[in-house]
Formats: sequence, structure tokens, C-alpha cells
Amino acid sequence: MKYTPVIGLEVHVELKTKSKMFCSCSADYFGQKPNSHTCPVCLGLPGALPVPNKQAIEWCVMIGLSLNCKIPLFSKFDRKNYFYPDLPKGYQISQYDEPFAVKGSIKLSSGKMIGITRAHMEEDTGKLLHETINGERVSLIDFNRSSVPLVEIVTEPDFTDAKEVKEYLQKLQQIVRYLDVSDADMEKGEMRLEPNISLRPNGSKGLPKYKVEVKNINSFNFVEDAINFEIKRQTEILESGETPLQETRGWNEDRKKTISQRVKEEANDYRYFPDPDIPPIRWKEPDIENLRNKMPELPEEKFIRFIKGYNLSEYNSEQLIRDKATADYFEEAVKIDPAISSKDIANWIINKKINIDKILPATLVKQIVSAQSVSGVTGEELEKVLKTVLESNQKSVDDYKAGKTNAIMFLVGQSMRELKGKEKADKVKAELEKLLK
Amino acid sequence: MKIDVKHTAKLANLPLKEEEVKKFEKQLSEILGYIEELNKVKLENVQATSQVTGLEDVTREDTASPSLPADEVVSQAKKKHNGFFEVPAILDE
Repeated sequence: MKYTPVIGLEVHVELKTKSKMFCSCSADYFGQKPNSHTCPVCLGLPGALPVPNKQAIEWCVMIGLSLNCKIPLFSKFDRKNYFYPDLPKGYQISQYDEPFAVKGSIKLSSGKMIGITRAHMEEDTGKLLHETINGERVSLIDFNRSSVPLVEIVTEPDFTDAKEVKEYLQKLQQIVRYLDVSDADMEKGEMRLEPNISLRPNGSKGLPKYKVEVKNINSFNFVEDAINFEIKRQTEILESGETPLQETRGWNEDRKKTISQRVKEEANDYRYFPDPDIPPIRWKEPDIENLRNKMPELPEEKFIRFIKGYNLSEYNSEQLIRDKATADYFEEAVKIDPAISSKDIANWIINKKINIDKILPATLVKQIVSAQSVSGVTGEELEKVLKTVLESNQKSVDDYKAGKTNAIMFLVGQSMRELKGKEKADKVKAELEKLLK
Repeated sequence: MKIDVKHTAKLANLPLKEEEVKKFEKQLSEILGYIEELNKVKLENVQATSQVTGLEDVTREDTASPSLPADEVVSQAKKKHNGFFEVPAILDE
């Protein structure tokens, strides 16, 4: 391809505070009776006074810190003005030029750094339903979601393919779940993704003259599909000598394509200005340090600690830290019986897909102990013996790999001799096949 | 001082008749011209003010308390349907 994709991301994460961002209505709106979680503040009634939720602000700062952002000591809320029926005040309280967190970064597994432009605090809008009532097309509004706290995280346009975007999103989701500030359930709309995509000729610097924003994406797989679709679509336009339109497109999962929603003729004119109802926030250095100290161990640190502390492979460590509950379960199980190696426990959890909600760590360890006492060798010992056998019988290994699958029987025999019959032959054969893959 | 009245009206969500466009164009331009006067004031050492109370860090703890009764919330709405506010259809994507 003659073009390099230039991709940036905006992600909205809904915080799981008990109350809303600027009033004390319950923020637990999902599946509730319409307009049952509203008050003058979140309905935008005249004279209502918004008061920010301290917990939400602290969580926003923690998200910033976990993305290696700087936390400016002065910050404020602004009004973003536009008209839409799901926005009762005619403006959204957001942050414009002085957000809570700026200039961070996140490292992908390839080592590539993705710049985080900012993480700021804002409020969600109401929810619209489109229906036909008595033959008339109408929109129905439920303000239960209005003013639920949202954190918007914006990246630099540093991604060059859909895989990088997906990895970033998985990492971000992991982080907010580790921080326990959001469940980030995409299907419930607790995490919303908006990639912006454009292409530049290979080797050129600077940003393209246009960018295409894609909305309505509610899974990590769809974000990959949508980006790949856009790269193909824009490449075709550019190759025909045209420039793609600057526009907002929506992902249509049924048709597996993006569809134009709105062409941006002019720059959005939101007329941001400081919200006069909300006094600014000023931090002292120790406040930020306190928040930093309150943060739990993050996925990246846990990943490294598991490799070093428990002697795990990168693969096993990555599998275990995917969610905090599994990581905690593993550490719980490791403490129970020092005779069982952490490696064996990790392998059991991962390979046997242990249901950690049903099997207690102690029960799992018992299972491992009894399995190993039958075989008489630990998984670790077995692997060590088999590897030695493979190393000293290179010819049989080569034969096997060349298609002479019978060669494995010789290797099984050799292994059984080394193991002095302490393991069953079919298990040994299965393990050998795994190693020879 | 020229002003794009149509754009301004659109941002304010106000429908204007053609004669109103002309009328407001003149009026608003005069107002802007008047405000221009302020540009003569020397402001090098003055900080922009968006808050006059001197307050900072006014927040609330994260506790939920009862909301308004749902039927009362929609009671004054021009149109409602099953507890929702009802408005003319917004463009369906």
C-alpha cells in the first residue's frame, strides 16, 4: 500500500459512582423506569445548581495517573454549547482548555508508545429512543443517564493499524477495571469508542487534510472491522485522485461497512466558556500523591511481577492478569501448598479453564495434588524430562517433524524410561505432541 | 463590524425571517461596534475572570439521595409517552 493510516481515538468511560456527576440522583440508571432518576439539576431546570462529585473527579485523576499523564494543579469545568433533545440544558458541562489530566502515554506490547493527549471529566446525556406512535415518527427521551459521570480519554493520532487500536483499547479497559472505577461493559455503553481515521502517503510527515470519525462501535472486534473498512475505502478514493470527505460515519454491523452520517462543513462551534456555576479545582502536590498511593497495582506492574516473582512465562502472566479476579485467585492458590509450583497452578488455571467463581483456590490445589500423586511427577518435572529427551534424540524429532509421526513412539519409550514409569504413556505422548508443535 | 447573523441564529437555535436577518444584522453590528470600545482598555496586567466568588474546590461526597417522583418529572411536559418525554422525531441514523 502506498498510504500509511493515521488513527487517533476518543474513548468515553462511564464511571461507576453511586451518584451522578453534578447532583445526588442515583447513577445506577441501567434498566430503570424512565425519568425515575432525575432532579432539577440533571433535567436542566432553571436555577438548579450543579455541584461536582468528588469521587468522580478523583477517579478521573487516577485514570490520568495510570496513563502516565501530568495532573495540572489548576483545573476547571466549561460549558460546551449545542442543541440536541438529549441535552436538557442546551450545554454539556465538560472541560475545555484545563482538563484534569494531560500529556500521558501508554506502551503497547511491541514497545511502541501511544501518546495520551488528555483525560477529562464530563457528564453523559439523556437517552433517545426513536419510535412510531399512532403513525407518527417521534423521539422519546429518558433523562436517567443525564449527568452520569463520563471520562473522555483522547489519544494522539499515533496508531497505524487496527491491531494497535484493539490492543490499546484492551489495555485501557483493563486499567479502568483494575482501578475499579468503571465496569467498562461495551454492550451497556459504559465504554464507547470513536476512532478517527485518515491516510497519508508513505514517508510523508504531518497530518492529512481530512479525517473521518466513526461512531456506533460497541465491540473491540467491530473497531477492527470498521478501521480496516475505512482504510480500504479511503485508499480507493485517494487512488482515484480524490480526497475523502471530512465527515462522521457510523459503523453498520449488519452490512459490515461504515455509512456517512454527517458531513462537517464547518468546524464545530461549541462556544466553550468556563462554567460560572462551578468554582475551579486547585490541587496541592500532596493531594495528587495521596491519590497515587490509593491506586491499586496496575496490569502492567502485575504482569512483570508475576514473571519475576512466580517464574511464569510471559504468556502465562498475560493470561492470568487479564482480569484482576483471576490474578488474585492465582495468588491465593499459590499460598496454599508450597509443594505445588506456581507454574503448575498457572497452567491448571489457564489450560483447564478453571471457573474461578465455582472452584475455591484450595479445592483447585487439592485437585492438582491428587493428580500429581497419581502420576508421581509434577508438571514441571515432566516437562523438564521430556525436553531433555527431545534434545538428546534430535533425529527422531526431525523425523517426526518431517511427517513420520511414528517416530514419536520411540520418544515416548525413551521418556517412560527416564520417568521410571511414574507417568502414564498416553499422557506422555500428549505432552510430547504439544512440545513438538 | 460585520456579523454573520444567520450563523449566529443557527447556533442559538432561533428561526429568523429574511427581514429580521437584515434588522438584527444592523442592530448586532452596532452593539459589537460599541463593545469594540472596550478594546481600548489596557489589559496587559489583568487576568481573565470567569469566577467572582473566590471559591475553589466546592464538591460533594458521592452519596445518592432520592430523585423526584417520575410522574412529577414529566407532568409539565407538552407531550409524554409511557413516562418518556416525547418530541418530534430526531433524524434516525
